[in-house]
Amino acid sequence: MSAKGFTNPIVKWIDYRLPVFSYLHHELHEYPTPKNLNYWWNFGSLAGIFLVIQIVSGIVLAMHYTPHTLMAFDSTEHIMRDVNYGWLIRYIHSNGASMFFLVVYIHLFRGLYFGSFKAPRELLWMIGVVIVILMMATAFMGYVLPWGQMSFWGATVITNLFSAIPVIGDPIVTWLWGGFTVDNPTLNRFFSLHYLLPFVILGIVVVHVLALHQHGSNNPIGIDIKGPQDSIPFHPYYTIKDIFGLMVFMLFFAYWVFFNPNYLGHPDNYIPANPLVTPAHIVPEWYLLPFYAILRAVPSKLGGVVLMFAALIVLFLLPWLDTSKVRSARFRPIYRQFFWLIVIDCIVLGWIGANPPEGIYIVIGRIATTYYFVHFLIIMPLVGKLERPLPLPTSISESVMKKKPGLAAAE
Amino acid sequence: MKKFVVSLAIAVAASLPAYGSTSDAKAPVAESWKHAGFFGTFDRAAVQRGYLVYKDVCASCHSLKYISFRNLPAIGFSEAEAKAIAATYTVKDGPNDDGEMFERPGRPSDRFPSPYANDKAARAANNGALPPDLSLIVKARANGANYIYSLLTGYADAPADVKLGDGMSYNPYFSGMQIGMPNPLAEDQVSFTDGTKASVKQMSKDVVSFLAWAAEPDLEARNAMGIKVSLFLLIAIGLTYAAMRRVWAALH
Repeated sequence: MSAKGFTNPIVKWIDYRLPVFSYLHHELHEYPTPKNLNYWWNFGSLAGIFLVIQIVSGIVLAMHYTPHTLMAFDSTEHIMRDVNYGWLIRYIHSNGASMFFLVVYIHLFRGLYFGSFKAPRELLWMIGVVIVILMMATAFMGYVLPWGQMSFWGATVITNLFSAIPVIGDPIVTWLWGGFTVDNPTLNRFFSLHYLLPFVILGIVVVHVLALHQHGSNNPIGIDIKGPQDSIPFHPYYTIKDIFGLMVFMLFFAYWVFFNPNYLGHPDNYIPANPLVTPAHIVPEWYLLPFYAILRAVPSKLGGVVLMFAALIVLFLLPWLDTSKVRSARFRPIYRQFFWLIVIDCIVLGWIGANPPEGIYIVIGRIATTYYFVHFLIIMPLVGKLERPLPLPTSISESVMKKKPGLAAAE
Repeated sequence: MKKFVVSLAIAVAASLPAYGSTSDAKAPVAESWKHAGFFGTFDRAAVQRGYLVYKDVCASCHSLKYISFRNLPAIGFSEAEAKAIAATYTVKDGPNDDGEMFERPGRPSDRFPSPYANDKAARAANNGALPPDLSLIVKARANGANYIYSLLTGYADAPADVKLGDGMSYNPYFSGMQIGMPNPLAEDQVSFTDGTKASVKQMSKDVVSFLAWAAEPDLEARNAMGIKVSLFLLIAIGLTYAAMRRVWAALH
């Protein structure tokens, strides 16, 4: 490992013994990135930044929070009222969770649209799905910690799902609770795991980035880099673009934190947990609503649980369910229409999840759930086989140069 | 297509807070609040009047356990006034060196004493209903400020087809239309020191202003910081955009 033209003697000395600078140089300066990434590619780095925001704000909250059923709610209010800027840290953390999911969902749909999950990036995609699932578990346990009404009843509903497992279901639930109901042992372990899992996620994010750097980013036209004319170094081009995107997104984040901090939460969570009073409607946070809708789509408890997990598991199979050789939906006129349909379907599922399972909501929920699986299991493989893709550009640089005069043809 | 998806997403997002409300009750009226919006601040005079309404009316049944007397200077009382107000309360303390509990005058560091020893005592005194703690009530109800204002001003005679339970009052804004709390406010029930006429609407509005402060005492600091942060970010957006153009210009 030679120092890559480093002149600072300290940098040279360190790099000779521990090549961190060479490594950074390799991964930032030499790392070739397609020239044509659009703003949808900002959301990957944003997701990483939100993970860090959540970890840092969470560590500070943990310094003031008490994981005990009798004190959790009070300690949360203590943070809001007595800790210096405690309200700021807590609102950053609670709204940061929403932002993290928003960013990750956009990142996921970007991959879906531009075919970023296809060969040779299958493992990269699958690792990403693992991250999403871990995020859901972490967010769910975090929502339990303030020990408000929704915390308690959300924990009750979700842990009870495991009782749907035949024979061993009930012992599993007792084991999860650490008792015969959601109580102090449950809160304690949720706090412990809520502190642990983000670091597991962080580790998997490192693996995600390693897998990414093996073949580099996909790009809006979905064809490989064919030569140096197609790529630019990540730094400074995409570092500055990511920082610009970060500033724009931070403004959006600031709106929620400073001017509407409780909109994304549920008012019932400002009522202390009461095992004797069930809220009128038990609903999870918005980012889990589509899965909640799928859970309630079938009249059988076990069926609902199986479907909900299947909705996540199916994402692992996408690289093989999509039979098209063409990555980007830009050149796939039929798939593109279905892409937007599945986006709409997910929004509809979210809306259904927020409403009580009665009357017309049940019917719409079932149709939307069915369509979710039909999309991935039937439409995706079929469209890939039947569709005639548009002609692909011969190279990234050619497509960039062609686009110059008109600029950014909208998707 | 994309536009449609975006508008659909926004429509669904806008309907989300509705999931905190109960469907059978009347939608709350929309009052205008000085503490609402980007530049919202608390109307000190209204909050102080609201404190009086709380103290003279609500406090006989409702606790306010997250608020201490030392918080009162935040709504315009002086430190001395806060101390004097605290001293008018009797607080149970102890045990002392003899192992006895004893009573002493309140200090600024004390929380507002609760009217009942525990929830059971509260229910026993209120026909089985539990008067909720009011510290967070504005945040603990969907559309909180408007809802509580509507509730306080919404008492009416029950329509002929509504059969009220024993000791219940009719209130169309309450889930189920029957509420355990009797109409708490009557004209001129409180005498405001600043000469404001104590109509039911006035008292309701003032007490909600007070409760909004109690639920979110840092609202003013939050808004003020939000404005500064937003301005900072706007400038940062401009600068990073210019920097990005400059960096990328070399490529084009």
